[in-house]
Amino acid sequence: MRVEIAGTGLHTFGRHPETSLAQLGATAVRAALEAADVGRGDFQAAYCGTAYGGVASGHRVLGALGLTGGPIVDVEAGCASGAAALQLAAGAIEAGRYERVLVFGVERMPKGMIRSSFFEPWVEEAGLSPAPAYFALRAQRLMRETGLTKQDLAAVVVKNRANGVLNPDAMFRKAVTPEEVLASRVVCDPLHLWMLCSPNDGAAAVVLERGRGRGVEVAAVSLRSHLPGSVLGEATPLSGIPDDDITPPTALAAAEAYEKAGLGPEDLDLVECQDTDAARELLACAEIGLCPVGELPRWVHEGAGLPHGRLPVNTSGGLLSKGEPLGASALGQVVEIVAQLRGEAGPRQVPGASVGLAHTIGRGANASVTILKAPARP
Amino acid sequence: MSGSGRNARPVVEGLFDFDADGVRLLMSGCAACGADFFPRAPVCPYCAGSDVADVTSAGTGATLWAWTAVNAAPPGYGGSVPYGFGVVELPGGVRIVTRITVADPAALSLGMPMRLTVDPVGIDDDGTEVVAWAFAPAGGVEGRA
Repeated sequence: MRVEIAGTGLHTFGRHPETSLAQLGATAVRAALEAADVGRGDFQAAYCGTAYGGVASGHRVLGALGLTGGPIVDVEAGCASGAAALQLAAGAIEAGRYERVLVFGVERMPKGMIRSSFFEPWVEEAGLSPAPAYFALRAQRLMRETGLTKQDLAAVVVKNRANGVLNPDAMFRKAVTPEEVLASRVVCDPLHLWMLCSPNDGAAAVVLERGRGRGVEVAAVSLRSHLPGSVLGEATPLSGIPDDDITPPTALAAAEAYEKAGLGPEDLDLVECQDTDAARELLACAEIGLCPVGELPRWVHEGAGLPHGRLPVNTSGGLLSKGEPLGASALGQVVEIVAQLRGEAGPRQVPGASVGLAHTIGRGANASVTILKAPARP
Repeated sequence: MSGSGRNARPVVEGLFDFDADGVRLLMSGCAACGADFFPRAPVCPYCAGSDVADVTSAGTGATLWAWTAVNAAPPGYGGSVPYGFGVVELPGGVRIVTRITVADPAALSLGMPMRLTVDPVGIDDDGTEVVAWAFAPAGGVEGRA
């Protein structure tokens, strides 16, 4: 069973303090339904990804549009929430249960360091909860084990922010220099402020349907959690063991997705991956098989992930430019890749792009890998 | 850094305590896979085995494995900033997330011998100091400790 994307929609990621969760979601959902030429009664179920939205977020969004009546399921999987919603929807279509399903992600985030109900209160009281500190430890380890430098991390920020200049839906649309990145304040050494993405508000939506061979195909959506052991993994345990032989969740998800799609890293034309921080983008590139981890410095120096490089990474500007509304971020990646595969990405267009991969990793741990394929050209 | 911490309130019960020699981490060891883990739990997180026994560690032989400094108070934290944060490795390879008593990353280095202690994280309403486990450079840090 082929699952295709009939339409996509977005509410610009940014700071929208005056806009309710329902309004954010409604904007994205309405745009996706219009793009798919689908109305009330034309989809049989809805899945809503959100981490901070609270009770019945999906109902609030669809209620605002008069689109309730079918099943509406909220899905929480941290940064992968939108992908988890997509996976459930695609699976339901593949199983023959539904013909067409609405999938959306919506989030309103507090500014600054994210507070998470993941931690018991004493963990916060002890000072053991700050996400940027865990990111920093992971970045330090990656630098130590590969020879990556702070300049290399700055280069990732410069790349993504330059891409963001070309994306009208990004929050930050000003190019930055390596010197400016390294002059921004140190949040947790080695990570400077501009190397970290900003939690913000936004929504993204896609309409999935049983395919007829004309639309962008969802070739695979894989969602995996962590195998225990890594002390610096997104599961953030208080202890761990030597983890060199423990496959990280991103690599588990990628292997499963490549197998399902019958494709490999060599088949990709572009990648949207989790750049929660600049080092995370590079680690993700290794974990999804774009480059051996030890060769990451060369990957950066050769500009492999630049728009005209070997394999463009985060042409949307990534989370470093767009910000991260958790529940919406995975579907925001899908919106970008669909635009690229349809040749509708304007100044960001990767010429001839026909296969794209989207990746998220976050709290849980939850990792997702989605592979999208352009329809065969006539 | 506080003194012995013995008159302080632990930030959480059951993760560390004090014996005659000082602070101890309260851990578990799994009979099935041999792994030690922290905090204590009735089921091994690595192999799901339930034949686990109490283990304690005084932190002897700990070395520094990863470190940074937290420069702004995260939500829910009322202690002082900046503070050190990182991971130490115990003999046998167990890695423990911990506060570090030195908040200057440049003063720390990979493999540095560390000793277990406690670190203040706040003051209760009645004036009692609240402490969490922490690791300090075993030999102190020249001019910075």
